[in-house]
Amino acid sequence: MESIPVEHGLILAAILFSIGLIGVLTRRNIVFVLMSLEIMLNAGGLAFIVAAARWGHAEGQIMFLMILTLAAAEVAVGLGLIIQMFRRYKTVDINVLSEMKG
Amino acid sequence: MILVWLISILFVGGVIAWLSERINPNFPRLIALITVLLDLALMLTLLGAEPSSGGWVASVEADWIPRFGISFYLAADGLSVLLLLLTGFLGVIAVGSAWDEIKERSGFFYFNLLWTLAGVLGVFAALDLFLFFFFWEVMLIPMYFIIAIWGHENKNYAAMKFFIFTQVTGMLMLVSILALAYFHYVQNGVISFNYHDLLTVQTSGSLEMWIMLGFFIAFTTKLPSVPFHAWLPDAHSQAPTAGSVILAGVLLKTGAYGLIRFAVPLFPEASMSFAPIAMTLAAISILYCAKVAFAQTDIKRLIAYTSVSHMGFVTLGVYAWNEQALQGAVMTMLAHGLSAAALFMLAGGLQHRIHTRSMPDMGGFWAKVPRMAVVALFFSVAALGMPGLGNFIGEFLALLGAFQANITLTVVSAFGLILASVYSLWVIQKIFHGEYKNSEFDDSHLTDLTRREMVYFGAMMIGLVWMGMYPQSFLAMSQPVLLELLNGTEELFAAVVQN
Amino acid sequence: MQEFIWLLPTYPLLGFLALVLTSGRLPKNIVAIIGAGSVGLSFLTAAIIAAQFLASGEDYFVKEVWTWMAVGDFTPGFNFYLDGLSLVMMLVITGVGFLIHMYATGYMADDPSYSRFFSYMNLFVAAMLMLVLGDNLVLLYLGWEGVGLCSYLLIGFWYTNPDNGYAARKAFVVTRVGDTAMALGLFLLFAELGTLNIQDMLHAAELEWEVGNGLAVAAALLLLGGAVGKSAQLPLQTWLPDAMAGPTPISALIHAATMVTAGVYLIARTHILFELAPSVQMLVAWIGLITLLLAGFIALTQSDIKRILAFSTMSQIGYMFLALGVGAWSAGIFHLMTHAFFKALLFLASGSVILSLHHEQDIFKMGALRKKLPVSFFSFLIGSLALTAFPFTSGYFSKDEILIAAHGLEGPGMIFFFGGVLGAFLTGIYTFRLFFIVFFGESKAAHPPEKEYGGWNMNGPLILLMILSLVGGFFAIPLDAVFGQHEEHHVSTLMHGFMIAVPLIGIGISAAFFYFKIWSVEKLMASSLAQTLHKFWHSGWGFDWLYDRVFVFPFLWLARINKADLVDGFYALIVEISRAANSMIVKTQTGYIRWYALSIAAGVVVLITVGVML
Repeated sequence: MESIPVEHGLILAAILFSIGLIGVLTRRNIVFVLMSLEIMLNAGGLAFIVAAARWGHAEGQIMFLMILTLAAAEVAVGLGLIIQMFRRYKTVDINVLSEMKG
Repeated sequence: MILVWLISILFVGGVIAWLSERINPNFPRLIALITVLLDLALMLTLLGAEPSSGGWVASVEADWIPRFGISFYLAADGLSVLLLLLTGFLGVIAVGSAWDEIKERSGFFYFNLLWTLAGVLGVFAALDLFLFFFFWEVMLIPMYFIIAIWGHENKNYAAMKFFIFTQVTGMLMLVSILALAYFHYVQNGVISFNYHDLLTVQTSGSLEMWIMLGFFIAFTTKLPSVPFHAWLPDAHSQAPTAGSVILAGVLLKTGAYGLIRFAVPLFPEASMSFAPIAMTLAAISILYCAKVAFAQTDIKRLIAYTSVSHMGFVTLGVYAWNEQALQGAVMTMLAHGLSAAALFMLAGGLQHRIHTRSMPDMGGFWAKVPRMAVVALFFSVAALGMPGLGNFIGEFLALLGAFQANITLTVVSAFGLILASVYSLWVIQKIFHGEYKNSEFDDSHLTDLTRREMVYFGAMMIGLVWMGMYPQSFLAMSQPVLLELLNGTEELFAAVVQN
Repeated sequence: MQEFIWLLPTYPLLGFLALVLTSGRLPKNIVAIIGAGSVGLSFLTAAIIAAQFLASGEDYFVKEVWTWMAVGDFTPGFNFYLDGLSLVMMLVITGVGFLIHMYATGYMADDPSYSRFFSYMNLFVAAMLMLVLGDNLVLLYLGWEGVGLCSYLLIGFWYTNPDNGYAARKAFVVTRVGDTAMALGLFLLFAELGTLNIQDMLHAAELEWEVGNGLAVAAALLLLGGAVGKSAQLPLQTWLPDAMAGPTPISALIHAATMVTAGVYLIARTHILFELAPSVQMLVAWIGLITLLLAGFIALTQSDIKRILAFSTMSQIGYMFLALGVGAWSAGIFHLMTHAFFKALLFLASGSVILSLHHEQDIFKMGALRKKLPVSFFSFLIGSLALTAFPFTSGYFSKDEILIAAHGLEGPGMIFFFGGVLGAFLTGIYTFRLFFIVFFGESKAAHPPEKEYGGWNMNGPLILLMILSLVGGFFAIPLDAVFGQHEEHHVSTLMHGFMIAVPLIGIGISAAFFYFKIWSVEKLMASSLAQTLHKFWHSGWGFDWLYDRVFVFPFLWLARINKADLVDGFYALIVEISRAANSMIVKTQTGYIRWYALSIAAGVVVLITVGVML
C-alpha cells in the first residue's frame, strides 16, 4: 500500500492550525472563535495521527483520543459560557468581554 | 515540661476564648484574663526552679522532624525567664487594656492576642532554630490581624507594612538558618537545627558575614533600628491599645533577645567586625528617632519613635559585648517594656476618651485628669532616664559598657539623653500643662483613670521603681547567662577594641 | 545615731509618698505638718548626727545600706558617706530647707495645689540629701538628676501659663546638657579607674595619674560640664533667670540655697581630681570670674526683683567657683553656706514683698515700703549687707577668704583678685539699687499694701535667717580633714582696706543715684551707648539670642522639615517604583482574548525560532 508521505500530513496539520489560529485572532463572534479553536485542536490531533502512522506507535492515537475527549469537554463548557454571556450581555461579540484589563 | 504548658495554655485558651463568644460576648475577655493569669502563675514557679548544669531552669526536648534534624527543643535560662515573666506580666496588662476597648468580634481578638503571646513565649524559649523560626511566624500573623481588624483609620496600610517588613526580613533569617544547618551538615554529616550544635559550626569570612546579616536584619527590623524602623510608627499609631502594649512591650524585645542569643554568639567573628557598624546604626537610631519623635503631633507616633530611640541603647549595649553593656541592654529591654507599654496605654486611654491622638488639640488636662497626669509624668520621666527608675539602670549600664568599647559612639549616643528630655517634657507640656483646651473634641468622656486602670499602672510603676532601686534581683538572673555567652567571645571583641 | 544617717533622706521621701498617695485629699494643716515636719525631723536627726560625728573626732563615716547593682566590677551601693563637707551640706540643706518649708506653709496657703507643692519640695530635699551624702558618683548622679527633676516640676508648678512650662523645660534641658557631660565623665572614670566610689576613685586617680595627665584633664572637664550646668555658670547659665517663674520659696530653696550650689559641691568633693588637672582648675577660676562679672552687669539693668536676685546668685556662685579654681576649697564651701543663709533670706523677703503687693515683681512699681513692710525691710537690709560683704556680716568673712586666696595665687592671681573686687563693687551697686528703689522713695504700687503679708510661720524663718546671715561668718566648719590644712594667705592692710572699701563705694554710688538722687539715671541713659549697653546687658549679654540661633532654631528646623521621616520616604519610594512599574506592565493586560492568544502564538514562534537557531 502506497502510504501518504508524512510531510504532506504535517503540512496539512500546519495549514489547519494556522487557519484556526487566524480565526481565533480575527473573529469577533465568539461562536466562530470557539469553532476556530476546535480546528486548531484537530490540527494538533492530525499531527499526532500522522506521527503515529510514521513511527508505528500507538501513543499518537491514544493522544488523539485524549484530544477528542478534551475537545468535547471544551465545547460543552465553551457553549455553556457562550449562553451565559449571551444572556448577560445580549451579544456574542467577544470584545465586550474586556473588563479584566489592568 | 512547664514550658510546653506555658505555650499550650495560651494556644488552647485562645481557641476557647474564640469559641466562647457565641455563648456570651463577655466570656472571651474573662477567659483571656484567666489564661494569662494562669500562665503568669506558672511562670513564677520557674523562679524557684534549680538550674541544671548549663544554667537551664527548664527544658524539654522531643523529636519533631528527625529526618531533617528538627526537634521540639524548648529551654529557659535566667535571661529567658526574665523575658518570659515580662511577657506574662504585660500579657495581663494587655488583656486589661483591651477590657473595655474591644467590643467587636472580641472572641477572635483575644484569640489573636493569646496566640501572639504564645508565639513570643516560644521565641524566648526555643533552642531549635527551626522551631524558633516557627514561633517567629506564629507571633507575626495574629498581630497582623489585631492591627488590620481592630486598628484605627489607616489600619490596612499599617498592618500590611508591618507584615511585609517582618515577613521579608524573616525570610532572610530563614535563609540564614538553612545555610547554617547546611554547613553543619557539610562539617558533621548530619543536619541539625539544634542551637548548641549550630554554635559549633565553623564559618568564616564573607560567608559568615552574609549569614550573620540575615539574622541581624531580621532582628533589627523587629527591634527596630534605623533604617528598618519605618513600619513601627504606623503599626503603633494604628494598632489598638492592647496591640501597642504587646508590640512595644514584648514583640520588640524578641529582636533584642535574638541579637543576644543568636546573632552574636553564632557568629562571633563576623559580629565583632560588624560591631562598629551596628553601634553606629544604634547611635543614629538614638539621635535620629529622638529628633523625629520631637516633631510628631500624633502622640502614638511620637511614642513609637521614642521606642526606636530607646532600643538603640539595646543595640549599642549588645554590640559593645561586655558585661555592663549586656546587662544594660537587658535592663533596658525590661524597663522599656514597662514604660513604653504604659505610655501607649495612656495614649490609648486618651484616644478612647476623646477620640483624637493629635497633640496640638490637647492641653491643660492636668486639672481635669490629675491622676492620669501624674501617671503620665511618672512614665515620661522614667523614659527620659531618671535615676531611681528602671530605664536609667539600663541606659546607664549600656553606655557605661559601650564607653569601654567605643568612646566616640558612646559620646554621640549620650546626646540621646538630652533629646529624650526634650521630647518627654514636650509631651507633658502639650497634653497636661497650659490652658485647658477642648475646642477640637468632645470632652464629655474625658474622665480620670479608673480604679482598674490605676491597678495596672500602679503595678507597672512598682515594677519600674523596683528595677531602678534594686535592679539586683533582675541582674542576678541574667548574669550567669550573659557571662556564659561572653565566655570566650569577650576577648575577641576586646581585641578589636584595642586595635 | 550615726548609723541612722539613712533616715535623713527617708523622712522627706516618706513625706513625699504620703502626700502623693493621698493626692490632695488631706486638709492643708496636715499637709503642712507632713511637708515641713518631715524636713524638720531630718534637720533634728542631722543635728544629732553632726554633733556625734564632731564629738567622735573621726574623719569620715560610712554607712552601707544595700548594694544598688553589681555588674562585674561595677558595684555602686546605696551607701552614705559623712565627712566635714557632707556634714556642712546636709546641715544647710535640712536647716535652711526646713526654714523655707515653714515659710512656704504660709506663702502657699492660698494655692489650690498645696499638697502637690509640698510633695515636690519633700522629694527635692530627699534627692538633694542623696546628692551630698552618697558615697559614690552614681548615687550622687541619682540625687543630681532628682533635684533637676524637682526643679523642673517646681518651676513649672503653675502649669497653666505656658511661659512657666517653657522656663521649666529650659532649666531641665540646659542642665541635662551638663548632666550628660557629667555622665560621660563617670563612664571615663570607671573605664580608667575601675570604680565610682568617690574616695576609692580619688585614691586611684592619685596613684595612676600624675599631675596634668590627659585623662585626668578630660575627666575633670566632663565633671566641670555637669557642675556649670547645675550651678548656672558660663556657658550653661541661661536657665537660671527664667527659673524664677516658680513660686518664690522654690527660688530660695532650689535656685539660691541648695541645688544651684551642687556644682560647687561636686568640684569640692572631687577636688583631688581637679588638682591633678591644674589647667581645668584654672578654667574653673576663669569661669567663676567671668560669670560673676557678667552676672553683675546684667543685674544692674534688671527690673524684676526676683531676676535681680537670680543674677546675684549666679554672680555669687561665680565667687565660689573662683574660690575652687584658686584652690581655696574651704573658702568656697564657706561662701556656699553663708550665701545659703543670706540669699534664702533675700528671696524669702522678696516673696513677702511680692505677696504684700499682690504678685507685683517689678521694682519700679514698688517704692516706700520701709514703713509698711518692716520685717521685709530688715530682712532685705541684713541680706543686702551680707551680700555686699559689709564688714562682720557673714558674707564679709567668706568673700574675704576667697579674695585673699585669689590674691595669694601665682600667675593670674591678681586678675582674679581685682576681678573679684570689681564684682563686689557691682554687687554693692545693684543690691542697694534694689534696696533703695523698693523701700525708699515714693510709692508707685498699683495696690499699695495694707499690711505685711504673713504670720509667724513666714516671719519666724525670716528672723532666724537674719540672725544666721549676721553671725554665720563666725561658724567654724570642719573642713580641714577633707581638704587638708589650707595655707594661710595674708594681704597687706592697705589691700584689705581696699577690699572692704570698694563694695562700700558701690553702696555709696547706689545711694547717690537712688536715695539721695544726686545723680540721675535718666541723664546717664541719655547717651545711645548707654542705651545699647543697657539693652545688651538686660538681655543677659545676648546668650539666649545666640543659643536660640545656634541650637534651638536649627533643631526645630530639622525637626520640622523631617517630620515625615526621611527613612520612611525611602520605603515609600520603593512602593512608588513598584506602582510605576506596575502601571507600565499593566498596559499589556488589555482584556481582549485575541491579544492574549496572539501573544501566546508570538511567544511560541519566538521560542521555536530560538530553539531552531540554537
